[in-house]
Amino acid sequence: MVPLNWYLMLSAVVFSIGVFGFLTRRNIIIMFMSLELMLNAVNISLVSFSHYLQDMRGVILVFFIVTVAAAEAAIGLAIIIALFRNKTTANVDEMNEMKG
Amino acid sequence: MQYYLLIPFLPFAAFLINILFGRGFIKDKAHWVAIMAVAGSWVVSVATLVDVMSGRTLNEDLYTWILSGGFKVSVGFLIDQLTTVMLIVVTTCSTLIHIYSAGYMHGDKGYYRFFSYLSLFTFCMLMLVMANNFLQLYFGWEGVGLCSYFLIGYYFNKKSASDAGKKAFIVNRFGDFGFGIGIIMIFLTFGTVYYAPVFSQAGAFATKTVNFLGYDVHLMTLVALLLFCGSVGKSAQMPLHVWLPDAMEGPTPVSALIHAATMVTAGVFLVARCNPIFSLSETALTVVALTGAITSLFAATIGLVQNDLKRIIAYSTVSQLGYMFLACGVGAYTAGIFHLYTHAFFKALLFLCAGSVMHAMAGELDIQKMGGLKKHMPVTYLTMLIASFSIAGVPGLAGFFSKDEILWLAYSNPNPAGKVVWLIGTFVAFLTAFYSFRLIFLTFHGTFRGTHEQEHHLHESPKSMTVPLMLLCVGAVASGWVGIPHLLGGGAHFTEFMKPVLGHPEGHGTHAEEWMVMAVSVAVGFSGIGLAYYMYMVRKELPAKLAAQFSGVYKVLFNKYYVDELYSFILIRPTIWIAKNVLIGITDAKIIEAIVNGVPAAIGGFSSQLRKIQTGFLHHYATIMAAGILIIVAWMLLR
Repeated sequence: MVPLNWYLMLSAVVFSIGVFGFLTRRNIIIMFMSLELMLNAVNISLVSFSHYLQDMRGVILVFFIVTVAAAEAAIGLAIIIALFRNKTTANVDEMNEMKG
Repeated sequence: MQYYLLIPFLPFAAFLINILFGRGFIKDKAHWVAIMAVAGSWVVSVATLVDVMSGRTLNEDLYTWILSGGFKVSVGFLIDQLTTVMLIVVTTCSTLIHIYSAGYMHGDKGYYRFFSYLSLFTFCMLMLVMANNFLQLYFGWEGVGLCSYFLIGYYFNKKSASDAGKKAFIVNRFGDFGFGIGIIMIFLTFGTVYYAPVFSQAGAFATKTVNFLGYDVHLMTLVALLLFCGSVGKSAQMPLHVWLPDAMEGPTPVSALIHAATMVTAGVFLVARCNPIFSLSETALTVVALTGAITSLFAATIGLVQNDLKRIIAYSTVSQLGYMFLACGVGAYTAGIFHLYTHAFFKALLFLCAGSVMHAMAGELDIQKMGGLKKHMPVTYLTMLIASFSIAGVPGLAGFFSKDEILWLAYSNPNPAGKVVWLIGTFVAFLTAFYSFRLIFLTFHGTFRGTHEQEHHLHESPKSMTVPLMLLCVGAVASGWVGIPHLLGGGAHFTEFMKPVLGHPEGHGTHAEEWMVMAVSVAVGFSGIGLAYYMYMVRKELPAKLAAQFSGVYKVLFNKYYVDELYSFILIRPTIWIAKNVLIGITDAKIIEAIVNGVPAAIGGFSSQLRKIQTGFLHHYATIMAAGILIIVAWMLLR
């Protein structure tokens, strides 16, 4: 039996990779992927707790997150494509027009 | 008696119709609406007079106007003897002048506007005289002032006219300020602004004093003098008389209606209406009498040397209004109102004749350039001559009876001031006769002194103008016959009629004295006419010689005692200086603009710093967000 701690550490590692990727990479597709990593890290911890506490509410929440993530991926990618068509680049440093 | 409501509201309806549809639909038919309405008012007024003569008076509220705690004011109407006399004066003059205006203003491009203002004026004036409380009186009072402003500045693209309108309005503010405080004082004292309770309780406050600006003042004197302030402004008495002569910039029918026959007499009406208050204060009455006497003398002397046709009549109006106040001041309210009533006819007639002359002279007003108009415009000449006889106090005409009544009651007044004002009044009667006939002789007699073109243009005015002249002439002759004194075998019906409202002043003197006063007033009237004849018909070089010999006096009179210049020096120029240097220079530029511009500048400066954190780089936002989460988490773990 794998203890809860291991799952939580996996979750933390995946989340940290997501944060690190989001903060360091310039390619917007990669940043988007990092975002998905963070979401799924949260999912891992939710499922682990759900199993540990023998409570199905955590699993139900995961289904909602997966659904939202799917919708978000669809819209996010569409926005990215639209951006790419306008800018002919995927580098976020060149997308800095919304400034004060 | 509900039909009395038609009296004010018919002109108001005419005003609404003309102002709403005048420009688009009615155009040059506007006079029909206005004349029909005011003639309707006249008919109803006559019916009301018949009712009141049979002893039915009325005092009722129509509609609650303001209700606030214990303060209640309604739109209400008081119809008594004084009101009906004013109604007859206002509607009669107004009707005839409306008809005259249809001819006089024919072809003017503001035709509908003119008639809608006239209707509005008539409405406000009627509300003023029919009010049963001070606040509604004040409404009408300000309403007529507003219409006066509109109509003086009727030719608004002429600078002098719009200036004169402003002057009238601003000068009246001085008086109305006092009047407003007077009404507030009445409310504070009596807890109501209705005439009936105020007048019936006034006696209870007869000896009460009140602390005013640190002095103990007799309450009724204070109230009476504050109310009198309003009268001084509206009726153009010293020292607020300056607006009336300038008001002659308005169209002549307006001068006749507003600035001679009706509106300017509102001040006299106010004093007469408030006679229960005034009678409680000897001081206030003396002030009223002396103000009236001094104004009448002052204005009459100015009238002697003026050359502007309408201004002479305007000064004559100021002088005659002084006469009315003089009468009220000696307690002879009836005589004052009687003179108001007769004066309305002959003075309106004088103005309308002046308008007729202007019409013939193509707008020329300088009597030095007239002369010999008699044969060109016989109707105007005759009517004006009769009006002048009336104002000069020729026996049998309207002015004689009212003027004689005033002089007799002044003479016989137990107050020592009475004899003084009688002397002044008699002297003024002489001056009045003189300048009235100076006007007649210079305008209608002798040879024409204007240009050849003007002479060619001379003509009698159209029927719509001459018929009102003739009708008013009947008034100028006969309106006094209702008040023939007992001495001459008359019934003094006017005095008897007014007795319930104004009381009945008794002359304290013998018949011989009364005959003497009458003989003196007739004698000075005729000698004034005679002197005018001698100076302007017989020895025509005399006036110029006298003017040269007494050039100092002449200049002072010609420049109206320099009152305008004095006001300009002590009031207008300092005000403009303060406006420019303090209000614009400091308050406006330094304080208001500093606030108005400073607040947005501060917000702009702050936000221009704040917006620098909005870099547009996604990573900056993400880093700040991550850092923020870290801080929150750390805080939660470590606390």
